[in-house]
Parts: sequence; structure tokens; C-alpha cells
Amino acid sequence: MIADPVRTRVFRHTFLIVGCMLVLFPIYVSFVASTLRLEQIFQRPMPFLPGGEFLTNYYQALFVGGRGLGGARAIGALVMVRNSLILAVGITVSKIIISLLSSFAIVFFRFPGRFIAFWLVLVTLMLPVEVRIVPTYQLVSSMGLLNSYAGLILPLAVSATATFLFRQYFMTIPDEMVEAAKVDGASPMRFFWHILIPMSRTPIATLVVIQFVYGWNQYLWPLIATTERRFWTLMIGLSRMLATADHQADWHIVMAITIIAMVPTIVIVLSMQQQFVKGLTESEK
Amino acid sequence: MVGKRVIFKNRRLPYLLISPEVILVLIFFIFPAAQALIQSLFREDAFGITRTFVGLANFRRALSEPLYVRAIGTTIKFAIAVALSTMGVALFLSSLANAIGRKALPYQTIIIAPYAVAPLVAGVMWFFMFSPAVGLFTYLLRFVGIQWNHTIIPAHAFLLVVVAASWQRMSYNFLFYLAGMQSIPDSLVESAAIDGATPMKRFWFITFPLLSPTSFFLLIMNFIYTFFETFPIIHQLTQGGPSNATATMVYRIYRDGFRGLDFGGSAAQSVVLMAFVVTVVALQFRYVERKVVY
Repeated sequence: MIADPVRTRVFRHTFLIVGCMLVLFPIYVSFVASTLRLEQIFQRPMPFLPGGEFLTNYYQALFVGGRGLGGARAIGALVMVRNSLILAVGITVSKIIISLLSSFAIVFFRFPGRFIAFWLVLVTLMLPVEVRIVPTYQLVSSMGLLNSYAGLILPLAVSATATFLFRQYFMTIPDEMVEAAKVDGASPMRFFWHILIPMSRTPIATLVVIQFVYGWNQYLWPLIATTERRFWTLMIGLSRMLATADHQADWHIVMAITIIAMVPTIVIVLSMQQQFVKGLTESEK
Repeated sequence: MVGKRVIFKNRRLPYLLISPEVILVLIFFIFPAAQALIQSLFREDAFGITRTFVGLANFRRALSEPLYVRAIGTTIKFAIAVALSTMGVALFLSSLANAIGRKALPYQTIIIAPYAVAPLVAGVMWFFMFSPAVGLFTYLLRFVGIQWNHTIIPAHAFLLVVVAASWQRMSYNFLFYLAGMQSIPDSLVESAAIDGATPMKRFWFITFPLLSPTSFFLLIMNFIYTFFETFPIIHQLTQGGPSNATATMVYRIYRDGFRGLDFGGSAAQSVVLMAFVVTVVALQFRYVERKVVY
């Protein structure tokens, strides 16, 4: 290690602390607002320390809802939490299972069309939902899947990133493992379940974090594919509640839902921080 | 494509295994993309009853429309602004974090939190802080003589969208720069230190040049991010306004397609955007192949 002067070390910590404060500031302000009464938020300036309405506001946010479009009562956020969870878990599980199966086929079998199939999947990298949004909407609509969980999840259920990552990982598994399984008379599916899946815990965990965050944070597709309130995710609910003049919005409730909307993903990313950081920086390169 | 030497022999099983992915890709990716290509050559009435072949007219119409050309410009300006600001800040913070070694973990924990925050949520929080009616910053800025109103002043709107997107995106850049710096051998930096190079010099003449592959990768990933993932931020903060100052290409595809019900025009724009992505991804693949290994 290089010994740097104390001045340099103080400089480093000072600027890192400033950086962290800038990162945390919007979250802190939102949290404070979620613990105030609505009139307090309208004070100039808004109080800078949390108020005493934490329980009241979060109770109202979860079970009652704030004012929505045109002053109508919006639904409680509990329904939105459930929908966000269904969307996030649905996308994560389907992406991982589908990608595991196909990369298993690509790496451990030889069959005509293997090459084309792999490239077909890679091409999807160039077709994010934003690019194919109108035709996808028309397709899902003609299948009668608007306002359904299947319609929300299916167009987002494939992941080139996941397929690519599993393929790379499977390639590093020594041939001896397959050899040994074959000698023991294990069928391909037995090998898949009892050897391959347990060995792939690390990439699976990384992908669970990345894809859960992706699914939970989806916005454009749910905005278009659902119109009924009972399918609102947290993101859709938030934006619908704010589709009003900003001096009329129920800011204390909106801010409580904002906090509710970011806590699950922050907790997941931070609790699996080491694995996630390593997986992200190694997989995307 | 290289593969394993030891494989399973089975005629039908691999097709069965790969079919869910291939079928979903064909239905939800290839078919809609082909549809977009076809639609972009037709003009449909708002009810989708009649369809006339118009050739490249939709493209000509889009590209000759000053507002669409402006949306391309806005998208590029936006992408450059977000890339430069996030990479600059991330480079600075990650070099500090790298220098203090293991003690940087608490800082890293805080700095990566916005990665988990949805772009829409970022939009809501910045909207709240800069709201003309209740915003804390709107109030504070008045003391320095700035009447902040992003609903009226285009420059304010653009700045706000850039700040909100950069706040959310910085963590991603930070992680990659930190990982890049950690992979640089200590011996290189240490030998420079022995030669008497200051921390500043060590950074500019050794660390930064060695990070150029990371920088290029991040530049491209940040472009892709601003192209696609900033839609919620724009939709929440400015709705593309005022006077189209923040209407990006994806925002226009949404507005023309779902608000204006101009599917042909919207599809033509999708095709233009696809061409953009293909170019960027091709660049990325070229770069990956030539990746410099130290």
C-alpha cells in the first residue's frame, strides 16, 4: 500500500461523504414528506425533520389510497404491491427457467438449428419493448390478453442476457462432470436437476436480483397493457395519482407510496450486494 | 460456435428444451418487429379499418417533420449529457473509493442504492423537489434569484430530466469504474508512486488510460439507457414539454402511437430507432471482439 498524506485521506472521505449525501438527499426528502401532514408539506419551506404522521400516512397509503384522477379515490397501495410483486416474480422466474432450459440445450447437445436458435435469442437484445411497442400492443390486444397478468408478463419473459450468461457459465463446467454423470447412467434431465442447477447457484442468484429489479421497475408496458385499476402496479398507481395539478396532489400519500415502491428493490440489491456487484460487472462485459 | 466435447445424445429433447424460448422470441419479438417494418410502409386510418401502401412516405414524412428531427437531436443531446455527467461523477467517486480500499464498503452501499430505484420513482422524487407549487428546491432557488419552473421554461425542463436520469444512473457507472480500477495491478500504481508521481498524476497517466475499455463500454451502455429507460422519467417530469424540449424518440413513439393513434408514423419511428440500436449494438460487438487485455 502507498501511504498518502493525511490531507489526501481527509479529502477523499469528505468528497465521498458529500457524494453519498447527494445520492441520499432525494430519498430523505421523500421520506420526510411521507411522515408529514399535507398542510406541512405546503409550508415554505417544508419541515426538514420527519413529522409524526408515519403510521397514519402509511396506513392510508396501503389500505385507503389518496385522491386519484379527477378527485376520485384511488385504490390502496396494497393491491399495487401485489401486482408489482406478481409482475416482478413472474418475469424473474420465467426468464430464468426459460434461459436455463435453452442454454442447457445449446451447450450440452448437438442438433441442427442450434446456431440459429442462439442468434435468434441474441437478436432480441436489439429489440427492447420500447422499439416494438405498437405491434406488441396490437398483438397482445388481438390475443385478448390486455388487462391480464399473462399479457403483462409474456412479452417480457425472454432474456438474452440471462441466456448468454448461463451459456457462458455452462461452458466453464468441466467435461468430466458430464462424463461422470453419463457413466453413472444419469439421464440428461437428471444431470440438469441434480448437478447443473445446484452448480449454477451463483449466476442464478445474480440474475434473480437483476431481473427482479427490472420487473418491479417496469413502466411503459404496464402503462399500455392495462387500463383497469385492479391491475395497477406501484409505478402505474403513482403516476396516475400525480396526473393532476401539483398543488392538488395528495403529496403525503404519494410520498409514502414512493417509499413503499423503492424499499423492496433497495433491500434486495443491498442484501445481496457482494454477489450482485460481482455478477453485474462480470456478466455484462 | 465452440461447444463442449462431451455431450448428451438425444434427438428430440434439445428441441423441447429450447422451444419455450424460441417460440416466445418468434411471437413477441420477431413478429412485432416484422409488423413494425410492414406497418411503416402503410398508412392506416385511426380505426384500423383501411390500410394503404405508401412506400417510404412515412419515413419521408417523419424525417421532414422539423419536430421529429428535433426529437432525434434532443435524444442525442440527452444521451451525451447523461453519459458525461454520470461518468464524470462516477469516475471521481470511484477513484476516491478505490484509494481507500476496504473502508469504502459503506460508501459503496449508499452509492449503489439508486440502481434499485425505478426510473419512475426517481422522476416522482425530483418532480416533488422541483415542483412549482411545493418544491423545496423551487423555494431555495428563489433566494438566488432563479424563478424555477420546468413546466414553462424549456431549459429548466431539460436540465431537470438530465439531473433525475443521472442521479439514477450514476451508481451503475460507479460500480463498473470501481471494478475496472480494482483489476488494475497494484504494482503499476505503486511503481509510479515510488517514482514520485502524485495521486493526481497516478490517476491521469496510469489509471485513466487503463480504464479506456470500461469508459467505452459505459458510454455505449449509457446511450442505450438514455434511449430506452428514461421514458418513465420524461413521462413523469415533463410529458415531453414544454414546447417539445424533452420529447425524445421513444417518447414520440409512445405519443404518436397511443395518443395520436398514428400507427404507421409511430412504426416508422420505431424502425428508425431500431436502426439506431443496431448501430450501437454492432459498435459494441466490434469493441468486444477487439477488447484490449492487460
